[in-house]
Amino acid sequence: MRASSRLHASMLGALMLGALVLITAGCKKKVAAAPPPPPPPAGATTAPPPPAAAVINSFTAEPSTIEPGQSSTLRWSISNATDMSIDNGVGAVQSQGQQQVSPRTSTTYTLTAKGPGGMDSRSVTVEVSMPPPPPPATSTPRLSSADLLQQQAQDAYFDYDKSDIRADARDALTHDAALLKQIFQQDPNFSVLVEGHCDERGSAEYNLALGDRRATAAKDFLVQAGVPADHLKTISYGKERPQCTEATEECWQKNRRAHLSPGQ
Amino acid sequence: MKRIILIGGSIVVALSTFVYAQINGVINKTGEKPTIAVPDLRGSGQAQQFMGAFNTTLYHDLSTSGQLKMVPKTLYPTQVPQQPNDFRQPAAGQQSQGLWLTDWSGPPPSANYLAFGYTAVQNNQIVLYGWLYDVRQSTPSSAQILGKVYLGSLDEAGARSVAQQFAADILKQFGAASLIGTRIYFVSDRTGHKEIWSMNYDGSDQKQFTNYRSITTFPAVSPDGTKIAFTSYPVLPSSRYAEAARFGVQNENLGQPRIYVHSLESGRKLVYYNQHASMNAASDFMPDSRHLLIYSTANGNGAQIYETDLDGSDLHRITNSQSIEVEPKVNPKTGMDIVFVSGRGGTPQIYRMNIDGTDVARLTTGEGDAVNPAWSPDGEHIAFAWTRGYEPGNFNIFVMDVASRNYVQLTHGAGRNENPSWAPDGIHIVFSSNRSGREQIYTMLADGSQVQQLTTQGNNEKPVWSKPPQ
Repeated sequence: MRASSRLHASMLGALMLGALVLITAGCKKKVAAAPPPPPPPAGATTAPPPPAAAVINSFTAEPSTIEPGQSSTLRWSISNATDMSIDNGVGAVQSQGQQQVSPRTSTTYTLTAKGPGGMDSRSVTVEVSMPPPPPPATSTPRLSSADLLQQQAQDAYFDYDKSDIRADARDALTHDAALLKQIFQQDPNFSVLVEGHCDERGSAEYNLALGDRRATAAKDFLVQAGVPADHLKTISYGKERPQCTEATEECWQKNRRAHLSPGQ
Repeated sequence: MKRIILIGGSIVVALSTFVYAQINGVINKTGEKPTIAVPDLRGSGQAQQFMGAFNTTLYHDLSTSGQLKMVPKTLYPTQVPQQPNDFRQPAAGQQSQGLWLTDWSGPPPSANYLAFGYTAVQNNQIVLYGWLYDVRQSTPSSAQILGKVYLGSLDEAGARSVAQQFAADILKQFGAASLIGTRIYFVSDRTGHKEIWSMNYDGSDQKQFTNYRSITTFPAVSPDGTKIAFTSYPVLPSSRYAEAARFGVQNENLGQPRIYVHSLESGRKLVYYNQHASMNAASDFMPDSRHLLIYSTANGNGAQIYETDLDGSDLHRITNSQSIEVEPKVNPKTGMDIVFVSGRGGTPQIYRMNIDGTDVARLTTGEGDAVNPAWSPDGEHIAFAWTRGYEPGNFNIFVMDVASRNYVQLTHGAGRNENPSWAPDGIHIVFSSNRSGREQIYTMLADGSQVQQLTTQGNNEKPVWSKPPQ
């Protein structure tokens, strides 16, 4: 975020600078433009021929790929140079020569040759190939407890103005109990919130209490099915957090539910 | 402001005229309402620019009072007195155009009373000279009931303020308590969260009171007007819930609902020790303003009714049942009877009991869902929301005489109508309704007439009408 905003700031700066230049240029247009410079005079003084430039005839590394601990030989041939060197710890060299190197990681060597007539440089790279990594440790990536809960827990649904566990809610909560036992075994510090919800038709005050009864009924069922009670906490949202907001029985049924969410 | 007017007269048809007369007696103790003419007042000089606001306010406060019958303006004579000196008895056989008492008391206006006056600017303030005459008297001096000077700031707010004071003084002549200074506390989601707000009785001056950024609801105001209790889900520190945060609205990092008490004078939160329970909800203050009625799952057996001190200590259990017991409201006159909502009979119904939980009796018939009871200031009536005659969820506002259990229906199927609360004058009721699509707050007279919409922004609900701090 910060880097990108800095980038934006600098782009903005550039734009502003550009605008400034435009404005300045605009201002200058009022002054008469200076005439272009005259062409250079014909037949200028003939200079003496320059000395020949330094030339690197060859520069190789053999072999070009090694494994760590092995070495490679650098060979070179240079003409017209007075000052010749290779970087990466090799140093000054003669115009013909060779040198063994054993870099630990892939390294590029640059030969630089300077003479009175100019300079030349050339590079070779000695690749150091790494052995392939060992196979990964044998563990399958695990879903977080919260992900597991969100993806696999099922809501328990209720009848209007009721907190009894229906047959379909019994199935859902039996499934949830197995899931929770698995989660708490893997993740003993995890906790779960049992939320109670209501449809919009009752009063908010009555629904707060009704949602509490639904959450409690669901929690009691889970505890009966062997889920440790101290990992479960109830909360009633009454009708304050509907899943669905249409005035249809289908939608109201979706809202009359107990829902499991990750606890604090 | 959009106004929706219901025809109050239709209530009578379906229900016993006896009950209606009984309820109507609360609103209009004299039976026949006095008629009043209120011609627009004019202002001299700089004052005139604020007279639109002035006249609207004066007419509004008088017409919605339930105490007076307004004479239609089209029936007024052409000339209007601005001060007592303007009255001129016409010579015998001469026609008068409004500057004599009989021009107003006789037909077509046939008024009993005339409110008149004018405004001007004095020392950079607006000054109102206001009179109320009983035009059935024979001379201007014997006709004068009220003659008073009012001062306000030289702006629209000042003009409204002097109009409200003049209206309050006029209404006082007819035994009506003024609503000036009363506030309506309510819940609004206009910030994106349900918070407590307040406004004047006419919907002006809407102000946010809480900023909990959670779900904050169920306001209750102490009878002395100094404290407010409500229920909110505490926002937990986000780090404790980081893993769940990415699942969006389903996991908002909220704790179990708890009771909060604030001072209305300083706005500050006061200490309240909540019970260790899955839910605690505030419901009502006792008449001494020092004790609270709440419903809580403190006993681990579903919501039951308790009384606590103002700081949550000294918990007394009042109900002890296997069913849902919520919304206890204490009789403000006796402090001894509680009405409440119970699911003990299967569906939510309104019951009464003694303050110690004895002598429980159902007040509603058992039909539909009956919720949201609210006592009238005289402790004789309750207003409540009932689905009787409608589908579940389609609440209408009813008023019941508690002693006889006779009731009348005040709203008739225009959306969901809920959470009635009485004004301190005992003749107005504020409630919420979704008749316009969203949930909004309305006032009406306790006979169902004079319906006025007070809010328009966001959803607004759970109004409670409070007295000014004493």
